[in-house]
Formats: sequence, structure tokens, C-alpha cells
Amino acid sequence: MAERFVTRGFGGRPRSAVGLAARIPPGQHLVTDFPVLSAGPTPRIDLATWELALSGLVRAPVKWSWPEFLALPAEEFTKDISCVTTWTKLDMRWRGVSVDTLLEHVELAPNALGLVAECHGGYTTNLLLSDAVNGQAFVAYEYDGKPLPPDHGGPGRLVVPHLYFWKSAKWLRALRVVDRDRPGFWESNGYHIRGDPWKEERYSGD
Amino acid sequence: MNTLQWQIATITKITPETAKVKSFTLSLPGWIKHRAGQHYDLRLTAPDGYRAQRSYSIASAPERTGEIDLTIERVEDGEVSTFLHQVVVPGDRVEVRGPIGGYFVWDATTSGGPVLLVAGGSGVVPMMSMLRHRAAVGAKVPVRLLYSSRTYDDVIYREELASLATGGVEIFHTLTRSQPAGWTGYARRIDDTMLAEVSRPFGASALTFICGPTPLVESAATSLERASLRADRIKTERFGPTGT
Repeated sequence: MAERFVTRGFGGRPRSAVGLAARIPPGQHLVTDFPVLSAGPTPRIDLATWELALSGLVRAPVKWSWPEFLALPAEEFTKDISCVTTWTKLDMRWRGVSVDTLLEHVELAPNALGLVAECHGGYTTNLLLSDAVNGQAFVAYEYDGKPLPPDHGGPGRLVVPHLYFWKSAKWLRALRVVDRDRPGFWESNGYHIRGDPWKEERYSGD
Repeated sequence: MNTLQWQIATITKITPETAKVKSFTLSLPGWIKHRAGQHYDLRLTAPDGYRAQRSYSIASAPERTGEIDLTIERVEDGEVSTFLHQVVVPGDRVEVRGPIGGYFVWDATTSGGPVLLVAGGSGVVPMMSMLRHRAAVGAKVPVRLLYSSRTYDDVIYREELASLATGGVEIFHTLTRSQPAGWTGYARRIDDTMLAEVSRPFGASALTFICGPTPLVESAATSLERASLRADRIKTERFGPTGT
């Protein structure tokens, strides 16, 4: 019944051009600005002490300082991003290091299944390795040609464009390899364990 | 009925709060008790199947059964809020699902306190649910609300807030654009001094909720951290120009 419901008097905005509409997942709307959403205060992180760790179920954990991280092979990523709060922004231009490049520095344990992104401020989010490899995820340090500002997750944030934006953890400090897909912060607070916008996996149970 | 199932709510009452803000009372066939601070998703469907969906904070107390109030600001060029403000009349039906959200929530009987609330504009809506909840259960937890509005006429729930400011609830207004003659509240944007004055009696462990436009939330959260409030006791909810 709910599927056939029509809201009296609602026509909606003029529909986007066909090509554009095909890039906007269901229940999302297009924005042109870059909204900020975080669960707590914005941490201020000193680049002199900044570190990114790749730890957990790997043979030898790795840590990169800021200069070491910047020396890793970086790429430009132009991606569409969808936030569970229903905004979608097209063609966001990032620069960063792919998770594939990071993983080249370690040997994964045979039972490695997922990653936990651990952040300054205590935020965590979970990802399956199958959602993180093959160019699907990267650690960004530039947005639109400029250093990533703190309120958008700088110095470095994870970006996983094909999942809702809460998976793109701000203020990243570690990626921990794990053998189970356990819920992170929002996933423990009612949000979906995976968060695919095209399947509208917004909340746990969707 | 579960919180993720869409249901058809009937709008039974529309109450203007300010020139740009209205409260909508929704009667819910599948009402579920919410926690103060939670939201509902609301979606509109056009005859051709096109849909627009937004999240709106619940303004009413969880203790009110069978219906909820959503207080919604009309956003410039906002597809959903403009429709709700300009087209919807009592008796109309909309699809909603909820209550949703397990983080920016407060339970007067279990969450503890004291509670510091910092709100800007329609960011006061989830705080209102908390204050109404506190009153409904007769809790004694001390609560201070610092509420920033542009002008006197932009203050949402002005009279009800005044009546709620009793028995451990204190409300501090700041008006950033203009102030009426004889105004005794703050008259500037929220800053370090103001936050220090309002938060001081509660000390570093106050459970803090901040909701409003991004710049306000950013500066208030940073400022409270500088004032030594514990970051893990500060919960924020932000909305930008596109957040509605």
C-alpha cells in the first residue's frame, strides 16, 4: 500500500537531465555545496605528530608519518558522494592514496575479512576488504586542489565513494585489519552495517 | 510496525511558530515511543513516482502517545520544507518512518546530567523534545539551554520556553541581529565568554548537546573543549544550507 501512495499536491522539482538523474541514488537530492556532519567536536591534529597506522591481522604493522604518507604514490579521484542525510554531490575532486597502495606494504593474514577505520575523537567505522580494494577506497588529503580542511576530516580522511559518506571516516589515524565485520560508531547507533546508497541501505534493517 | 517501516501519517494540526517556522502534528497509526533527540524521515511522492525525502527532528515529548510534532523551518529553495509550508493543510497525509537515531538522544531517567544544551535557530527542536520530556516525567536533572536566534521574532517556542524555565531549567537567549528595547539577554554570536558563563556551574563533565548551523556547532564545540569540557561528553548535530 505504501508503495502506491502519492502525496496530494506534490509535483517535485523539475527532473534532472536523464544523464544526471542516473547518477543520483534513490531518496537522494543533488547539492552543490559541501555540507559538514560530525558526531562531536572537530579535532585539531598536529602534522608533526600525525601518523597513519595499518595494523591488526597483518604480518608486520606499518606506520607512516605525514612526510612518509605524502611520499606514497597518490592519485586524483573524481567521485560522486552520497550522504545518508540525503544529499548527493557529483564530481568531487580528491587527491589521496588508495587503500590498495597501503595494503601493498603488508601481508594480510589468511582470515583477514575487513577493516576498522579508527579516528581521532574516537570515531570508528567498519568496511569489508571487498569494499576497500580495487580502487574503491582511498585516504584523501586534498579536496578540490587544496589541503583537506579540519571540518571536512583533514589532515587525512578515508573516502569510500560507493558507500554512504559516514563510511568515509574523518581524521583517520589507523586502519585495523580484522576477521569479523563488527559494527562501528554509526553502525552501532542504528545505521546499516554496509551502507550502499543504490540499495538505500540507510538503517540497520533496511 | 517497526521504526523502519514507512507509514502514512495524517497531519492533524499546523501551528505557526515564527514567520519561517511551523510545527506539524502528525497522527501515526503505528506510533512508537521515541527518545528525545530522535528524528523521523519524511518523504513526498509525486504522481510519476518521483520522491523527495528529508529527516526532521521530533519536537514533542516521548510521553505524548499516538502523535508527534515536527517543527520545520522553511528553507530558501527547500523542496520539501517549502511544500510542507505552502501546500500542506490539516487532513493531508504524508509518509514517514521513525523514530530514528541512537546517538543524539537524552533520557531524563537514565542519561544523567547536568545537561548543557546549545542551540542555534531551528537546532532548538530536538532540545525542545528533551525539555518537554524532562517536564513530562518530572525529572530534576539540572538543564541549561543557550539558544541563539537572529531576532526576538525568530525565537521558536518563546513562550513555552519561558514557562519551562523552572525547577532546575535555566534558559539563556542571545539575539545576534537585533534586540528589542529593554532586552536583557545576550546580544551577540555565541562566543567563548558566553559559553564559559553558561557552562561554568556544571563543570567539565556536563553532558552537552549542540545543534544548529555548522559554523555555530563548530565554534561552540571547539570553544567548550577549550573550556575543558570533555570531548566525549559533547554530542553535536549539524545542518547546513542543504541539511533540510
